[in-house]
Amino acid sequence: MNLSESNPRNAFKDYFDFFQLPRQFKIDRTKLDQAYLKIQQEVHPDRHAQGSDAQKRQSLQLATFANTAHQTLKQAIPRGFYLCELAGLDAQLETNTAMPRAFLMQQMEWREAMDEARNQLESLNLLQDEVNEALKELTDQVAVQIDQEQNLEKALESLRACLFLERFLEEIDHRISALI
Amino acid sequence: MALLQISEPGQSRNPHERRIAIGIDLGTTNSLVASMKNALPEVLHSDSGQRILPSIIRYLPGGRTQAGYEALAHAVEDPQNTVISVKRLMGRGLQDIKNLQNLPYEFIDSPGMLKIQTVAGPKSPVEVSAEILARLRQIAEDSFDDEIEGAVITVPAYFDDAQRQATKDAAELAGIKVLRLLNEPTAAALAYGLDNASEGIYAIYDLGGGTFDISILRLSKGVFEVLSTGGDSALGGDDFDHLLMQAVIEHAGITNLSAEDRRAVLLKCKSAKETLSSHPVVLIEHTFDSAIAVQYSISQTEFDHLTKPLILRTIQAVKKALKDAAIDQDEVQGVVMVGGSTRNPAVQLAVKNLFQKEPLNDLNPDEVVALGAARQADLLVGNKNKNDEWLLLDVIPLSLGVEMMGGLVEKIIPRNTPIPVAKAQDFTTFKDGQSAMAIHVVQGERELAPDCRSLARFELRNIPPMVAGAARIRVTYQVDADGLLSVSAKEQISGVEASIHVKPSYGLADGDIARMLTEGFQSAAEDMKLRAIREEQVEAQRLLEAVVNSIAQDGDLLSAEERLDIESKIRSLEELKEHSNDSEAIHTAITALSDATEEFAANRMNANIRRALTGKNLSEI
Repeated sequence: MNLSESNPRNAFKDYFDFFQLPRQFKIDRTKLDQAYLKIQQEVHPDRHAQGSDAQKRQSLQLATFANTAHQTLKQAIPRGFYLCELAGLDAQLETNTAMPRAFLMQQMEWREAMDEARNQLESLNLLQDEVNEALKELTDQVAVQIDQEQNLEKALESLRACLFLERFLEEIDHRISALI
Repeated sequence: MALLQISEPGQSRNPHERRIAIGIDLGTTNSLVASMKNALPEVLHSDSGQRILPSIIRYLPGGRTQAGYEALAHAVEDPQNTVISVKRLMGRGLQDIKNLQNLPYEFIDSPGMLKIQTVAGPKSPVEVSAEILARLRQIAEDSFDDEIEGAVITVPAYFDDAQRQATKDAAELAGIKVLRLLNEPTAAALAYGLDNASEGIYAIYDLGGGTFDISILRLSKGVFEVLSTGGDSALGGDDFDHLLMQAVIEHAGITNLSAEDRRAVLLKCKSAKETLSSHPVVLIEHTFDSAIAVQYSISQTEFDHLTKPLILRTIQAVKKALKDAAIDQDEVQGVVMVGGSTRNPAVQLAVKNLFQKEPLNDLNPDEVVALGAARQADLLVGNKNKNDEWLLLDVIPLSLGVEMMGGLVEKIIPRNTPIPVAKAQDFTTFKDGQSAMAIHVVQGERELAPDCRSLARFELRNIPPMVAGAARIRVTYQVDADGLLSVSAKEQISGVEASIHVKPSYGLADGDIARMLTEGFQSAAEDMKLRAIREEQVEAQRLLEAVVNSIAQDGDLLSAEERLDIESKIRSLEELKEHSNDSEAIHTAITALSDATEEFAANRMNANIRRALTGKNLSEI
């Protein structure tokens, strides 16, 4: 994940500074959205359609940057990874797939449940609720690990687990969509 | 013809003078052009008073063309040379077209986009669309008795990159400067929202002649934010006609239809469908070439039954779009109905049942898209109206990805991502010493590359020899505000680069456009030269105004040295603009001034961002 790769500007320390929000996991979504819209009002290419080519290039870069920054901060998992990245940690998504044993056991149980549910919409919906609940608990943990304990190594591990759950939820979702 | 105004040298254009910009709805069945008049958008009419131009072009021997109603009058007698619903063929190869057997044309399958054989030679859908656009431009120019500065052209939100690119190419071919490609439902939302000062979540259900779009938007304090979009770029009123036609042909028991019969029956089915929107029963009668006559009577109920699968497909797409936007049906404030096919009572009913509320039909469903486009065009050329502080934020409709080993698609930018957007992903080599990498750019939601639309292929060459997995190739996708994609690839260790504007497998190459421009739409080389100089002069004027304005506003951000440099470049550009006949020289001076202001532009925008977020007039909810 190269979330900071599209950063064309050195004028802002990071996405949080860009939106003038405190650099932490807990985020004020209303403030974030308001800041995003205010910035787009300034930088969007439609606002600079009559400008010089240089101005248009800058506008495209900044509007792109604003979108990337907003997308990253508004979703919990990318926001968590981004905070780890800012702290100099490498997410190691490709290489490090080690997960606690208990978590893996739970995953296997859920996968079995999904296979057993087959095409029963109700069972799939129940499973979806259960996994969603687990994902919420896990993101709450990430909030504590980052904002209170400042244990980013630990947070990174939780975030990798979040990704697992998110992918699993997508699979359940595919099955449900096929049934509707 | 109005007399041209000439201002004194060195004096700038009257700041209150309005620039003429138009909005074009290039539809499958009908096309319209609109513009702002007295601060309100208005559909322009032709000399003969027609507001609608049927999207039909007839080619005559020798290359002359007829358009609109004039062409429609010959649609049955001359089906092979009278092209209707060409929008469905834009950016498409022969293998992509459904209902091929119902179309009376002689197709040529050329690489990328198909062509139609006419008496005037093979014509690509881009050329046919350019003819329609040229007529619309003419209507606008006659209406204002002046040149048009630029146009916003609408496209179905669900159009992929190839279809968008083809539309842009057609406009260029018709001599129209494209200010922006705007998604049709977004244009409709703009027209509706500004008229009604709407706030909240709105759904735009747009069922046109050939395409279906659903967009979910949040309207808040002048910002039109598209949350998700969905649809089917090959589902529209035409498909209702084709189903009915199939039923009529089966009823008649005829297998081999002449092109004339096919066109005649299709047009009769189309008008029967329209009749059924307000009558319980309709009778379709036709006498075939073979002298066999058919009479087919169909009731509204029977027609609804026949076409139910089509309506269901739209409802599925609506559900998917709601889910993508994470919005429940009951959170939607209103459903705006757009497109002629929403006159179908069964469509109205299905939408009403889904949302549990009456759909909004208070705007003319044929005109609302063009009206929204006119508003956007006016804003983009810099005309200021009251209450113009609105902004459109749109998304890409389909995921963009790259083909991996084994034909699997790795998504780089998922659908419904706000644009403009850029994303990068790193890849590596598969073999030791691998010196090149083929990059296949695809668009769509399917997992296998052959099931997605292929947009472009290009190669990154001269990768220095390394062991497998050591190279780090960063592939970057950039989508601009028109929804158009460009892709670049760079090996990070050696710095080897390759990039492509996705003008892909089937958009026209730039050379093609130049050739067609000289062949058809423009005449002599001398005209081209004059036109080039004039375009550069206009561009120079635009730039000079922009730079002078920005120095007046934020000159304090410049160092004395930067300021001197910019001012000297302003003077040389002004000099060239007034006195030079060399478009290249003017162009070079434009680039020089533009480049000299790049850092200034960046600093201004950054300062504006900080100002916007900390300013005292910050209005918190």
